[in-house]
Amino acid sequence: MLRASLREVSAALREGHVTPTELCQRCLALLKSTRFLNAYITVAEETALKQAEESEKRYKRGQPLGVLDGIPIAVKDNFNTAGIETTCASNMLKGYISPYNATVVQKLLDQGAVLLGKTNLDEFAMGSGSTDGVFGPVRNPWSYSRQYKEKSVPKSLSEDEESNWVITGGSSGGSAAAVSSFTCFAALGSDTGGSTRNPAAHCGVVGLKPTYGLISRHGLIPLVNSMDVPGILTRCVDDAAIVLGSLAGHDPKDSTTIQDNFKPFELPNLPDVSKLSIGIPKEYHAPGLSSEILALWSKAADLFKNAGAQVTEVSLPHTRYSIVCYHVLCTAEVASNMARFDGLEYGHRSDMNKSTESMYAATRREGFNDVVRGRILSGNYFLLKQNYENYFIKAQKVRRLIANDFLKVFGSGVDILLTPTTLSDAVPYMEFIKEDNRTRSAQDDILTQAANMAGLPAINVPAALSERGLPIGLQFIGRSFQEKQLLTVAKWFEKQVKFPMIQLEEVKRHSHDVFQHQKSASFS
Amino acid sequence: MAAVAARGCGGVWRRAWQHGAGGPRPSSRGQRAAASSARGAVVPVGKSGLAPWVPVVGLEIHAQISSNSKLFSGSQVQFAAPPNSLVSFFDASLPGTLPVLNRRCVEAAVMTGLALNCSINKKSLFDRKHYFYADLPAGYQITQQRVPIAVNGSLSYSLCIDNKMSQMVTKTVRIKQIQLEQDSGKSLHDDTRSQTLVDLNRAGVGLMEVVMEPDMCCGEEAAAAVRELQLILQTLGSSQAVMAEGQLRVDANVSVHHPGEPYGVRTEVKNINSIRFLAKAVDYEIQRQIEELENGGTILNETRAFDSKLGCTVPMRDKEGKQDYRFMPEPNLPPLILYDAKSLPANMNHQQVVNIDWIHERLPDLPSVTRAKLVERYGILPEHSFALLNEDGLTEFFENVVKQTQMKPKKVIGWILNVLLSYLKQHSLTVKESPVSSVLMADLLNLLEKKEISSTAAKQVLAELWKGEGKTPLEIVKEKKLELIQDQKELEQICQAVIDGQENEVMAIKAGNLKVLNKLIGLVQRETQGRSNPVLVKQLLEKKLSE
Repeated sequence: MLRASLREVSAALREGHVTPTELCQRCLALLKSTRFLNAYITVAEETALKQAEESEKRYKRGQPLGVLDGIPIAVKDNFNTAGIETTCASNMLKGYISPYNATVVQKLLDQGAVLLGKTNLDEFAMGSGSTDGVFGPVRNPWSYSRQYKEKSVPKSLSEDEESNWVITGGSSGGSAAAVSSFTCFAALGSDTGGSTRNPAAHCGVVGLKPTYGLISRHGLIPLVNSMDVPGILTRCVDDAAIVLGSLAGHDPKDSTTIQDNFKPFELPNLPDVSKLSIGIPKEYHAPGLSSEILALWSKAADLFKNAGAQVTEVSLPHTRYSIVCYHVLCTAEVASNMARFDGLEYGHRSDMNKSTESMYAATRREGFNDVVRGRILSGNYFLLKQNYENYFIKAQKVRRLIANDFLKVFGSGVDILLTPTTLSDAVPYMEFIKEDNRTRSAQDDILTQAANMAGLPAINVPAALSERGLPIGLQFIGRSFQEKQLLTVAKWFEKQVKFPMIQLEEVKRHSHDVFQHQKSASFS
Repeated sequence: MAAVAARGCGGVWRRAWQHGAGGPRPSSRGQRAAASSARGAVVPVGKSGLAPWVPVVGLEIHAQISSNSKLFSGSQVQFAAPPNSLVSFFDASLPGTLPVLNRRCVEAAVMTGLALNCSINKKSLFDRKHYFYADLPAGYQITQQRVPIAVNGSLSYSLCIDNKMSQMVTKTVRIKQIQLEQDSGKSLHDDTRSQTLVDLNRAGVGLMEVVMEPDMCCGEEAAAAVRELQLILQTLGSSQAVMAEGQLRVDANVSVHHPGEPYGVRTEVKNINSIRFLAKAVDYEIQRQIEELENGGTILNETRAFDSKLGCTVPMRDKEGKQDYRFMPEPNLPPLILYDAKSLPANMNHQQVVNIDWIHERLPDLPSVTRAKLVERYGILPEHSFALLNEDGLTEFFENVVKQTQMKPKKVIGWILNVLLSYLKQHSLTVKESPVSSVLMADLLNLLEKKEISSTAAKQVLAELWKGEGKTPLEIVKEKKLELIQDQKELEQICQAVIDGQENEVMAIKAGNLKVLNKLIGLVQRETQGRSNPVLVKQLLEKKLSE
């Protein structure tokens, strides 16, 4: 039952094969036995059961609120949830209980969804591994899959567990792991430079980053306001379409959402791609792209070709400036957005009370990790009067060029772009932490961040397992607000590749060592 | 053009203590004189030469927008509410909250821009201005640094020369721009307990920052310009503009230079909370700078606060030295797009757009127009029209009285300005609080006009009316027996009695000194307790004296 898709389990609820309470309890039980994955920061057991109970009453009355009623979901811990801690995996917000729900959270609750808990992430979503949060790293459920175990040869038996587990990618790694390990049927992530698609690729789930402005950001604690989009993580493309339909649309509380009405859509059962033009951007053949992903990519292109689609190589020439451009714009907005965390109104406040200024300084030093502080410093540097023209303005211009690249390609008749999502499959945690956050983020976002610069919708679809038995995904990028077309193509592709289901080993025996790890992983 | 006209204002200053009290601006020097002469003694006479100084004054004015809710949140706007009772999640900068622009604030800014002859930018942008301060919860203020909502306007204002109401000149100051921005909260520093208390009720209230070019040259001009702006804002209703409640805050940029030379280093004077203090602060600062420079000193580009008790400006504790505000576009607000009749899209919901032309057509008469109309309609003097508009509600009062009396407006205005207004001022009352309504005033003036009472008696009636006992003027006249003596014989007898008692005066008049007649008239008036018609008395006396 827990391995079913959202649509399937929704049908089961309607038909009475399972009650919302049973479903919720089973998810909670699995969640507890997979705590070592560290996917959740907060488990809202009590409220979740209450919500399930309410849902059950509605089903009994024969008046469920819709397809989401009674469906257990999880939400990344950078969305505000009234009454449930919202931490951003930071000391700054540890213990912070928001008085309001993010619009997307409210919408899910209004449609009867059951909120199981808040998922782990990199502190303030700054990272690509879900390793840099104050609650410790998230473990990729695939680390504990039969598929991975069979292919990865442990150097020695004792080393196996601790050195071989792989990261989820990030920053929405907790959400991806939650969906991948079957503890929930859908999860919200956020996507600023690839934070939904990257962990989706590593965890073998669908990760959708909708068009900027389609879904409200109100209540999402911002990283880069001009690029942030709430992301959707699900087991399959159809489920992503369902969740998108329940979230999209204008929000008077977010002036950057579009005014036009959004019509929820269902995807055709037998999608046809024969009339489509698929673009293969050559710049995405980036240095460091693993050969097996390259092979998978060209195999996918062939699939489309064989189905009658027109597949052409296209060029997005400014892609290579994207990393440095993103760095400037991201850190500048971070510097600005983080200015509010001064210890006065909410969040951590240092005991230092010599003066208001010294209290600010101590609060921010204690509350933020090195990554956040580093970005604040760079961002403020770029915004200094003497640097503004040379960095910020220039980066904005480059951003425009990157967006124009896409416009040109789509203007030339290409419908959808097909690219890899990541350079390689997920790496072991021990490997990953050898490099600093900045280097890794720069590398890992390379294939995903341009879509954020241009505000375009993009989706990761799990495509195959790597030689090591880990998921690899491919990315489709569509035209602005053409989610239906994008998801239709994604669904077609999904049907073709028949991505295998994760075979999780008996998990209980891992339970004890994670808590030790959690303690040691906290940042000072 | 406007600038040249404004600069040629005779704003050439000399040191008052060198050139004597007969200098160009002898007014408002009271406190300065002492300070100047005290320091003047140290300065070698003649060192400064006679090169005159040209003061330059520019203003930055923050007007709180009169609106039910704040600029970017739904919180109420209210003066003196309990601390932190009007604070939304956004105002407290809770993470994840976003600004939503208040349409009313935009309309108020457009109205103000149009009234100040600005061009309204059909597309304006919002920016973040960063600084850390306890009453700025987000760590930045949302303002319009790059492209403000209105630019390139002008404001005409009038002031009287040498404090004579009859000598009014009109000047113009250019308006550089009007920008929309958020107000900050308020910090209260408790030094004894070394803590700071923050009230966020004001945080996020909409402000219009009106930037005036340095086209003024003295405190009087700055004060007159601000007063005119205040009247305009109040007429539009875009701001209540009460300085005492902080709805209008004025910062003055002041510098001095010699003619033909570049502008001097300027200082910014803050903490000015009335128009009277604005004039004082600017004049003090000009004089201070002149003295500083003539003493061989230099002017620092600094912020100074006006101390209203001491009547001087003092350097403000510089918060953090040179601030770099690290401006950045506000990413959560799309560009503010305004439409006019031409650009308005046909299918647009009118509730969602701001139409400049629509606002323009509905602008009320501005003070200058109202004044001109008053002068034309009632034949009163221009300075009277200024006096009428200067007092909230006085114009309406005047017009109501005019409507209800046969007395000519030209005569009515005297009663309103000289009698009513001075009474109100004496008792610190507003026009609305006046115990004498326009109806009573009109009744009274009608009695006077119909020659049923003398003007002396009218003043006596008025004195009774102030008491607000609900009596009509006619009742008071009857009660106090103030009506003019209609009985000619009685009046003749009184006149005769006066003549009989003033032999010397009668002699003088008969000898040709007609001025003395006035004394006799006055005596008759006294005898009748103001109940005689002076014109009639004069006739009677003349007749009797020529007999």
